[in-house]
Amino acid sequence: MIKRSISLLVVLGFVLIFWKMLTNWLPMTDLHGVAKEYVSREPDELGAVNVVTAIVVTYRGLDTLGEVSVLFLAATGVALLLRRRGKKIGAGKRKRPSSEFLQTGTALLTPFIIMFGVYIFINGHLSAGGGFQGGAVVASAMLFLLLTFPGYKFKHTVLNWIESISGASYVIVGILGILLAGGFLDNRILPLGEYGKILSAGAIPVIYIFIGLKVGTELAGILENLKHEH
Amino acid sequence: MTALVILLGSGMIVAAFAAIYLKNLIAAVVAAGIVSLFASVVYLILAAPDVAMTEAAIGAGLSTAIFIYAIKHTREEEVEND
Repeated sequence: MIKRSISLLVVLGFVLIFWKMLTNWLPMTDLHGVAKEYVSREPDELGAVNVVTAIVVTYRGLDTLGEVSVLFLAATGVALLLRRRGKKIGAGKRKRPSSEFLQTGTALLTPFIIMFGVYIFINGHLSAGGGFQGGAVVASAMLFLLLTFPGYKFKHTVLNWIESISGASYVIVGILGILLAGGFLDNRILPLGEYGKILSAGAIPVIYIFIGLKVGTELAGILENLKHEH
Repeated sequence: MTALVILLGSGMIVAAFAAIYLKNLIAAVVAAGIVSLFASVVYLILAAPDVAMTEAAIGAGLSTAIFIYAIKHTREEEVEND
């Protein structure tokens, strides 16, 4: 009874807070403060059409590096916890083949999903999306493969090498920023190029390709570890 | 547009309650995935395509799969402990 009334009080408190927030809320008609500063400065300074990308990769690049590290730690933790147990029991499990529909659909769609994911992270500086989104789309294609072909195994060494090399290259590109341009993860180590072209915005496409590969291989690794743990 | 947001928002609330109260855990995970899917459409309407993509790919796609793989390794029946 006391538990119930306490949770009711907490819910009422939240209702009060949100009510106050909503009644004083007005839609913003123009940008203020930091947002205005970024939007007005970014095209000349960094040359990326998608301002969000410029903020995520360059102005707030260190945060993105932190996110990539968190994801890396999560993937490492999953691998560490699950792989050992998988080895102990493993194998000998009867595997039922999936239906014709699923197999045909996967065979038809997987290349296009991977292509779309790669498109998203290569065009991160021009259109919506970027390394994380593209990587997640690539990983969902891998999920498709794992769902359809129960015995499917990725080549671990290849995945690990892609992941390690792209992670290290991302940091190296960041350090090159200190040496050749204004600071860590500065994208102006490469020429800014023509605004709106695929080869523009300095190092942003390069960094996003590395992030995309890293996120894609990491998420695929997590999924595979979970799938083959029996 | 506002009507669509309200519709999706109510759908999210219903799906969220379903995720809490459904006894079948797989169904609950699918309901949680529906919350993410509707949220990604709402983000798109609110002009945040980057967030919408992340939510659709990770929230609705991959995390649902990860939950289902995890639930496959648990026992069928729910254990009452209060």
